[in-house]
Amino acid sequence: MSEEGIVKKFMYVNRKCPYGTIYALESLEVVLITAAFDQDVSLAFTDDGVYQLMKDQKTDGIGMKNFSSTYAALGDYEIKKIFIDKESLDERGLSISDLQELVWEDEDEDYAEKSSINLVSRAELSKIMSQQDVVMSF
Amino acid sequence: MSMLHTVNKSPFENSSVASCISMCAKSSSILFIEDAVISVMKSTKFAEMIESSLKDFKIYALKPDLEARGLSLNNVIEGVEIIGYEGFVDLTTEHDSVQSWL
Amino acid sequence: MKLGILINEGPYQHQASDTALQYVKAAIEKGHEIYRVFFYNDGVNNATRFASPPQDDRNISKEWSALAKTHDIDLVVCVAAAQRRGILDKGEAERNGKDSDNIEEGFRISGLGQLVEAGIQADRLITFGD
Repeated sequence: MSEEGIVKKFMYVNRKCPYGTIYALESLEVVLITAAFDQDVSLAFTDDGVYQLMKDQKTDGIGMKNFSSTYAALGDYEIKKIFIDKESLDERGLSISDLQELVWEDEDEDYAEKSSINLVSRAELSKIMSQQDVVMSF
Repeated sequence: MSMLHTVNKSPFENSSVASCISMCAKSSSILFIEDAVISVMKSTKFAEMIESSLKDFKIYALKPDLEARGLSLNNVIEGVEIIGYEGFVDLTTEHDSVQSWL
Repeated sequence: MKLGILINEGPYQHQASDTALQYVKAAIEKGHEIYRVFFYNDGVNNATRFASPPQDDRNISKEWSALAKTHDIDLVVCVAAAQRRGILDKGEAERNGKDSDNIEEGFRISGLGQLVEAGIQADRLITFGD
């Protein structure tokens, strides 16, 4: 569905660790709903938000639902612009290989699987943010 | 496109002030509201960071939040503009978009 | 301009809802239209009918309700966030087998699509939260 053809650049900025607060989960829920509106959607993971994409999350011990597999479904919803702040990874002693590989299938290239992840510097992310029409930060 | 960034946490509480400043593009403005107004006082260890940021961005602080916390308007870092809620509204409409650092 | 407001924190715990109220009043005073106020995360708790603060203090839920009535503002509470936190209207209470509803007058419960729509239709979307 699209609102009379209006297409805006929506960016969802994720800055918090998962599970300590509900922001990671409820932000993801907004992103998935936005997919139905044919908007130009990007996700940014910066500060502690980079932890949301960690592989091997096991939540049995804390008695909370593990929602990390939902990120892998983003590609199916045509959400394929995912920006990860490299400096935030470096500050935390993490590398891109610690994070889930998120992909989407390009139907124009015989459904070839392509990476949705863009590892960017803070300066690059700043520029991308400043080009957005609507920014929601969680 | 110009963006208004709002920050609402004290710089002593978390890194939102620092994160915002590091992510701000040069044509942006930063508005400190709620507990974040502490950032713009001359006396804190963050004063240098704010003074340095004034070279790149316009910086504002919400007057009712300063007054609520007993912070003297005379001790606000020079160059920071003190505004009310009407000014807050104006800033949101004068910039192309708004990002909140919580 | 048409302004969309997103409130992500509950009343009293944090200044978010108070700041949003002041902002909205100032915006209306300046002749802007409030397209929608959307309550998400703990912000849904602003919609409780049962808040009973001390007599000499503000009742945030009622302030939103009164503002909405005076200026015809659309106050929307996210259904998923509301269900998690126990904010229910009559329909939701029945659907979920609860013995009562607790939503304040002037608030309506709806889906996240209303937030996205506000982002699309409003000229600006401003977030108030913790």
